[in-house]
Amino acid sequence: MKPSAFDYHAPTSVAEAVSLLADLGEDAKPIAGGQSLVPMLALRLTALEHLVDLRRVSGLRGIEQRDGAVRIGAMTTQAVIGRSAEVARGVPLLARATPLIGHFQIRNRGTIGGSLAHADAAAEYPAVALALGAQLEAQSPRGRRTIPADRFFTGLWGTDLADDELLTAVAFPRWDGRCGFAIEEFARRSGDFAIAGAAVAVALDDGARIRRCGIGLFGLGPTPLRASAAEAALTRAGLADVTAEDVGRTALADLESVPSDLHGSADYRRHVGAVVVARAWQRAVQEASDA
Amino acid sequence: MPDVDIQVRVNGTLRRDTVPPRLTLADYLRERCQLTGTHLGCEHGVCGACTVLLDGQAVRACLVFAVQADGAQVTTIEGIASPDGELSPVQAAFRDHHGLQCGFCTPGFVISVTAFLRDHPDPTDEQIREGLSGNLCRCTGYQGILKAVRAAADGTSAMEETG
Ligand SMILES: Cc1cc2nc3c(=O)[nH]c(=O)nc-3n(C[C@H](O)[C@H](O)[C@H](O)COP(=O)(O)OP(=O)(O)OC[C@H]3O[C@@H](n4cnc5c(N)ncnc54)[C@H](O)[C@@H]3O)c2cc1C
Ligand code: FES
Ligand code: FES
Repeated sequence: MKPSAFDYHAPTSVAEAVSLLADLGEDAKPIAGGQSLVPMLALRLTALEHLVDLRRVSGLRGIEQRDGAVRIGAMTTQAVIGRSAEVARGVPLLARATPLIGHFQIRNRGTIGGSLAHADAAAEYPAVALALGAQLEAQSPRGRRTIPADRFFTGLWGTDLADDELLTAVAFPRWDGRCGFAIEEFARRSGDFAIAGAAVAVALDDGARIRRCGIGLFGLGPTPLRASAAEAALTRAGLADVTAEDVGRTALADLESVPSDLHGSADYRRHVGAVVVARAWQRAVQEASDA
Repeated sequence: MPDVDIQVRVNGTLRRDTVPPRLTLADYLRERCQLTGTHLGCEHGVCGACTVLLDGQAVRACLVFAVQADGAQVTTIEGIASPDGELSPVQAAFRDHHGLQCGFCTPGFVISVTAFLRDHPDPTDEQIREGLSGNLCRCTGYQGILKAVRAAADGTSAMEETG
């Protein structure tokens, strides 16, 4: 047995789960699909005294329309999201990101709540949440709150969640009108975490101006990132005045800590980053223009 | 660290066991159930050698704790052939098309492909490649495996082709 020993808890409600987490303290952790946590336990990159399994907790699964958003329960698996007609219609960017996550065997267990709470800088879902302006719903013994995606990712594998707080659902606001969405990434092998990637959403007005856009970057910093300066520069610009290459360059311009590791140097990642942003931008704009 | 009682239906037979929470489903199947056809390569989710069906879904048995399988049905490679030993169509196609050499990766491939073809009965070659991407093989160079999946999908074995 490779992980260190721990106690197992399988609560059935969110209230019970968060009060367990509060009572057990910092040596307790929730487990969702286990597709990130179990490897970390097996490699002893992490150790814990108590594992709080969310699989029996009611009310954490499912996809529904609510208040102009598609709301997805934290324990909904990536496989269910990938098959959902509701997601394909209401949040196409999320649907297109899903097949890029690992392999189908991973997606059968991995959950959207786990992907966001794990906050891997190279993961697809956090970048999609940033690009679309998702709202993350959380619950702790102190009550419920909603955290906008751009305040959720705080540091390397770090989020705004307290130790005794669970992510319960994610609401993706619908982007209506003339919109386009695309995600592009470069990975060495199919299913690997990307070296760099970009998720782009763009909305056009009735002419050829950019009404609104969102650019989420992954693999390009210590956390999932949002290219806020580029988004601001592009908003209300005329389509004819921006090239995809410009967008790629601008989105990468103010990144400070692009990672350098055995998969690629910071310079290489910057280059790949600008290319994937440009490609995603081009495809998203094309789709919006055709809409 | 108290052990936990679990009930799991493994290849159709209901079992009751008491397990430490950190025991993975893969180790449970191999060591408690003596079903050593579920192989362990990387033990952190990358190679696919440990793939089993958990309530019908192909999953990495090294990334599930046995306690999490309480109340579930598990199918391992030992449960894929019919009881009289006749190979399943996927197994027969692997044999006929040289889909294996040393055989270490084979149980994981057969389980993954069984689930994949159930969900994609009429796959394109591209879908087959995508469906195989979560299993690693160090011997075959994959071409025999691709042929085997194509043949299993088309319902043709080597015997039918040559005969
Ligand atoms: C071979 C392989 C390849 C992969 N490739 C990719 C890839 O390309 N892209 C990608 O994005 N991911 C990839 N993954 C990771 C996978 O997507 C995970 O499923 C995901 O990162 C975590 O989801 P989970 O449900 O498995 O969470 P778990 O592993 O159970 O948990 C992850 C973390 O989140 C916490 N957590 C989980 N749920 C909650 C919640 N509701 N509230 C609060 N905290 C919570 C846990 O405590 C833990 O710290 C890969 C994994 C493997 C094994
Ligand atoms: S042993 Fe489970 S994926 Fe490699
Ligand atoms: S046949 Fe040897 S690893 Fe695949």
